Amino acid sequence: MLYYILRRLLLMIPTLLVISLLIFFIIELPTGDYITNQIAALRAIGEEASIAKLEFLRKEFSLDKPFFERYLIWIGLWPGPHGLDGLIQGNWGWSFEFDKPVEQVVGPTLPLTIVLNFATILFVYIVSFPIGIYSATRQYSWGDYGFTLLGYIGLATPNFLLALLLLYGFNRWFGMSIGGLMDPQYIDQPWSVDKMLSVLAHLIVPTIVIGTSGTAAMIRRLRANLLDELHKQYVTTGRAKGLKENQLLVKYPLRMAINPFIADIGNLIPSLVSGSVIVSVVMSLPTVGPVLLSALQSQDQFLSGFILLFVAVLTLIGMLISDLLLAVLDPRIRLGGRAAS
Amino acid sequence: MSQDLKDQTPARVVEHYVDPTPFNPAVAEDLTPEQERYYQASQWKIMWWKFKRHKPAVWSAYILLIFYLCVPFAEVIAPYDANSRNADYLYAPPQRVHLFHEGSFVGPFVYGMSSEIDLETVQWVFTEDRSDVQRIRFFCRGEEYKFWGLFDADFHLFCPAEGGALYLLGTDRLGRDQLSGLVYGARLSLTVGLVGVTISIVLGLFFGGIAGYFGGILDNLIQRLIEIMRSLPELPLWMALSAALPVTWGPVSIYFGLTIILGLLDWPGLARAVRSKLLSLREEEYAKAAVLMGAKPQRVITRHLLPGFTSHIIASATLSIPAMILGETALSFLNLGLRRPAVSWGVLLNEAQDITIVTIYPWLMAPVIPIIIVVLAFNFLGDGLRDAADPYK
Repeated sequence: MLYYILRRLLLMIPTLLVISLLIFFIIELPTGDYITNQIAALRAIGEEASIAKLEFLRKEFSLDKPFFERYLIWIGLWPGPHGLDGLIQGNWGWSFEFDKPVEQVVGPTLPLTIVLNFATILFVYIVSFPIGIYSATRQYSWGDYGFTLLGYIGLATPNFLLALLLLYGFNRWFGMSIGGLMDPQYIDQPWSVDKMLSVLAHLIVPTIVIGTSGTAAMIRRLRANLLDELHKQYVTTGRAKGLKENQLLVKYPLRMAINPFIADIGNLIPSLVSGSVIVSVVMSLPTVGPVLLSALQSQDQFLSGFILLFVAVLTLIGMLISDLLLAVLDPRIRLGGRAAS
Repeated sequence: MSQDLKDQTPARVVEHYVDPTPFNPAVAEDLTPEQERYYQASQWKIMWWKFKRHKPAVWSAYILLIFYLCVPFAEVIAPYDANSRNADYLYAPPQRVHLFHEGSFVGPFVYGMSSEIDLETVQWVFTEDRSDVQRIRFFCRGEEYKFWGLFDADFHLFCPAEGGALYLLGTDRLGRDQLSGLVYGARLSLTVGLVGVTISIVLGLFFGGIAGYFGGILDNLIQRLIEIMRSLPELPLWMALSAALPVTWGPVSIYFGLTIILGLLDWPGLARAVRSKLLSLREEEYAKAAVLMGAKPQRVITRHLLPGFTSHIIASATLSIPAMILGETALSFLNLGLRRPAVSWGVLLNEAQDITIVTIYPWLMAPVIPIIIVVLAFNFLGDGLRDAADPYK
């Protein structure tokens, strides 16, 4: 097991390198950079005084170096103007737009981003598991049809539209604002039990909104997996031996069906994280989503680069956890054999 | 002993009977006409039969067909141009279509509206004028347009009464008709998926084909790349890429830029499917036979392997179209994709970004409905195609 974890962690290093290179390439795609654009704008209005300062900044952030050197400086594998000082050393870069270190700009939003994504994954697990089992064991019942229909609608409704509809509905029929993270009166207040409860209450709707399509997908998968198992001979044998229905279900078919279920959650994480970004923008939640949007629009490259990398790492960690869970459950995987899907 | 046997012989002896018709010893292998039809049908025919049995998929195909009619004929179907403004009807609510006026049948018509500004809430208030009957005209001449940007025309499927207004789904803040917006928007929103999927199929076939046919290090490298791409959250990357599109580009370039972006991140799933299919088909007897008979790789791939999984590719491509439609919608909604004067469903939804405006003018959310219907229909259609793709199962 230890060997497996170690191998899995080592594998993440090249993955991270490739991803960071890809992200750096993407954020460098727009023509020019923040400071060159500023300089051009200042030239246009004829202000030469501030240009010197901006030129200095360009040097300071080594924006004048070639692409690969800048990339290596950014991740901290190459000495920049201040020696080795990049992501690896814990320097997340500088936000030109806010004129602050990236750390201070995104810092407050990171915990909530993690909490929101974690809550969503938990929600998907908790809701889809019992419903999937119910739908499979009572196939073609009214409940099964109902959940299937709900599932289809859940799959087809894009989460940001669902957020919009819910925002409208709550506002219209309950006169309640569900945007934001807490009720307005708690903003800037010290942490208290009431504030915590308010935050929790505001987390419910986004969690449901982000998790709905994932839950729908998971219900369908679990139902299909379990149905495959339920029609196998060993189930009939168990029943013939007089095992009670519940005992039989938990003891054999469920254990077989749960492996692909957990593996699929890993595959689902990228889309959940994607969902959390756009839903946060729509519901104005203080996660990295809205910051990313504004950073992209103003070409604040180090800020957007860091957020993209953070989101990617979050996904990778989620997939790592689901892989480890799978290894705990399935000896074939942790012993390095081939996984049965 | 013999006594017992005698007791058991039946009282009535069955008469010996011989069927006069000649006996065909191969009768067990004879096929009914129906079976014969099935066994002689081509692969595609069987797929078609199987697809037709999947009722939701067939219905979805019809619905999509209707939606796609808006793509070539948007100008004819929409009563107005998507960008034509009407200062007298800002944020006008949807009009109701009536059939009877004061108890007598007039045919489909709407009542005229008069607007007044409410100075307390600073909102336009529209009141229906019950005496002003405006009959909707059908197959009529209305607002002029350039059909496909080529020649002038003014023929519409339906238009407002002479001098009247017809806003069945209301108008937005500049008095632009929502219904016309939806019809014109279908043109871009519905084709984004098709073009994007084409790009993704080309890339997927290329990479999957290389990996599956040649194997070795190349296969390993492409496999790793696919894994990494699949572990990245798509939307933030789409956002970053479309933010990189130059602002100076025109709507057409932005549109193609967007489709390329959507296709660029979608191919790994297809490539993986192509690779695994190629790997398994390569081992089939008929493929081996072709190689042994001296067929060149090109012939083996195109004549023997490709037909084996075209149906799978079509099915999985159908399933990834809705993701692209939603991607375009999300990007345009966030101001990162298409912009006016280009009209797509995402661009229309952009108006609904502010929740306080939406609560006052809920009809701005109208694009949500076609989006959900189209996505749902594509999902059902894809399911049906996927089931039909393996007709011999």
